[in-house]
Amino acid sequence: MRVVLAEDLALLREGLVSMLEAHGFEIAAAVDNGPSLIKALLDHRPDVAVVDVRLPPSFTDEGLQAVLEARRQVPGLPVLVLSQYVEQLYARELLADGTGGIGYLLKDRVFDAAQFIDSVRRVAAGGTAMDPEVISRLVARTTREEPLARLTPRELEVLELMAQGRSNAAIAQQLVVTERAISKHTANIFDKLGLAVSDDDNRRVLAVLAYLNR
Amino acid sequence: MVGEMTREDRRTWLDTRARAPWHGFRLWLLSFPTMIVVTWMNTAVSLISIGVGIPMIPSAAKLQRRMTNVYRDRIGAWTGRPIERPYLPHTKGSFATMTRAQRCFMRAVSDPATWRDYSFLMCEPIVAIFTCALPFLLIVYGVWGWMLSLWAGAVLGDIGAQDWYAMIPISQDYTQQPERVVGTAVLGTLFIAVGFLIGPAMLDYHARWARWLLGPTEKAKLALRVQHLTETRHDAVDVSAAELRRIERDLHDGAQARLVAMGMSLGAIEHLLDKDPEKARLLLAETRASSAKALAELRDLVRGIHPPVLADRGVGDAVKALALDHPLPVEVTVELPGRPEAPVESAVYFAICEMLTNAAKHSGARRVWVELTHNDGTLRATVTDDGQGGASLEAGTGLRGVERRIGTFDGVLALSSPPGGPTIVTLEVPCDLRTTSHP
Repeated sequence: MRVVLAEDLALLREGLVSMLEAHGFEIAAAVDNGPSLIKALLDHRPDVAVVDVRLPPSFTDEGLQAVLEARRQVPGLPVLVLSQYVEQLYARELLADGTGGIGYLLKDRVFDAAQFIDSVRRVAAGGTAMDPEVISRLVARTTREEPLARLTPRELEVLELMAQGRSNAAIAQQLVVTERAISKHTANIFDKLGLAVSDDDNRRVLAVLAYLNR
Repeated sequence: MVGEMTREDRRTWLDTRARAPWHGFRLWLLSFPTMIVVTWMNTAVSLISIGVGIPMIPSAAKLQRRMTNVYRDRIGAWTGRPIERPYLPHTKGSFATMTRAQRCFMRAVSDPATWRDYSFLMCEPIVAIFTCALPFLLIVYGVWGWMLSLWAGAVLGDIGAQDWYAMIPISQDYTQQPERVVGTAVLGTLFIAVGFLIGPAMLDYHARWARWLLGPTEKAKLALRVQHLTETRHDAVDVSAAELRRIERDLHDGAQARLVAMGMSLGAIEHLLDKDPEKARLLLAETRASSAKALAELRDLVRGIHPPVLADRGVGDAVKALALDHPLPVEVTVELPGRPEAPVESAVYFAICEMLTNAAKHSGARRVWVELTHNDGTLRATVTDDGQGGASLEAGTGLRGVERRIGTFDGVLALSSPPGGPTIVTLEVPCDLRTTSHP
């Protein structure tokens, strides 16, 4: 699987390169600024890109802008955005086109290599990987309102994990219950929120995110 | 010209002309207390040489100020252009070696505004007759003309009085001469019409005269400006010092303490690695959790100092991001063609932050609207909520702090919060926008 990597801190960039290579990824390009990132994305058309939000030369949200521009030209280009901070505003912008293949994680998540690699693979497959912090803030804002207030605490927990982009199997493993219990929960959630049930994991996640992002 | 006016215009045109003579007359009525004040000041001044005047001057000057302030306020209200107060602020330390009485005396006599007030009050009773009071007097004279032609002329004639109305003689045979009676009425009408027509202009001439003596001179304006700058600079230094202390404390109690604990844990792990690998693994997991917490704390700290979206995108998007995290539905409208200077941007952002917090905490609002616009070199932010209102600057809502913070940039804050709502907070900061993004 070919990866384009954008990170301006050399130490972190090398760390990411060796981690990704160790897990069988092929690094198509590793860049350290916005303009060369967008060029690399369009030239290499990687299976997935891992991008830091803040990049030179402006040291603002250059990485995010480059990613959004590249996805305008190549719709659905899978991108995992890393940042020192997660902002709902940026999460919304990334999810706005509704095509999936989006990840948005805190840089800290790199500490847990297994989970991080899992997120990269999920995004590459067209899924989503949203940082728990984004999701918990989204949910916290919406839970006061109907119909989210009618969800049981367990269902809320499942909803958060689902919104992060996890599959039923992964959620079951995390909550230490059977997969069947989780599908029962998800069916209840979709019923209570009035969303159309879908068997496709990615479409399901996008529906939940769209619901929370209203 | 009158023909081209709309109905609304005509009404205001008539309205100002109807009111001006009355306002002018009321200003002239102030001459009576004015004369008393001037007499008091005259006495005080003439007694300076024998020493008795020295304790009298400060009180007389104070009385003068109260009198001229009445003029300033009335003229400001009636002409729509307020006259600023010109008085110099008391600077600490000046005349410090004197006694209290001497200091008060020196302050009063060394402020040029005292003598300008004095000159104004001395001349005002005369000047007013020929300016603002003139229209009213003309109207009264006109009415007298009507009264003469209707019945008063006959009465005067009967008692054998000899009088004149303008150039028309009022004598015994007045009623037998129709051209005199009609002439009086026509002249009277003319006087009334002229009185109403010149009313606003005369009020304006009088206001110009008053502004010339009662308004601040260039020097006084500078002194007042210096005072304002000194105050706001003081506030700014206070605010940033407090901010630095808070950051220092947060770092000391938070991230720094965690790093120390992590260092100690790592030492323990090193020690345990061979003896008890299982325990070492446990400690390692704890240390990793601790490092994540330290990062989270640093993140929150940085967010409090300078939020990332503010740095990346400017105040418009930063407020939008703020709205997304707010517990209430917040509608944000931004019309900014560029970005203000970073310090202004930051001050406005944190001001809006404070207002949104207030809206959520105190107002009981269900919706909030934020508007950001830039017109004529002024950045304007308006935060409106549909809560119960009744907010005040004094009630510890943090609005005073906001006012001080934006005061550093000559910004002002206005609060409208009638009981029952809605609450509208508006802040205006003069600034230019730059179209390029920040480095």
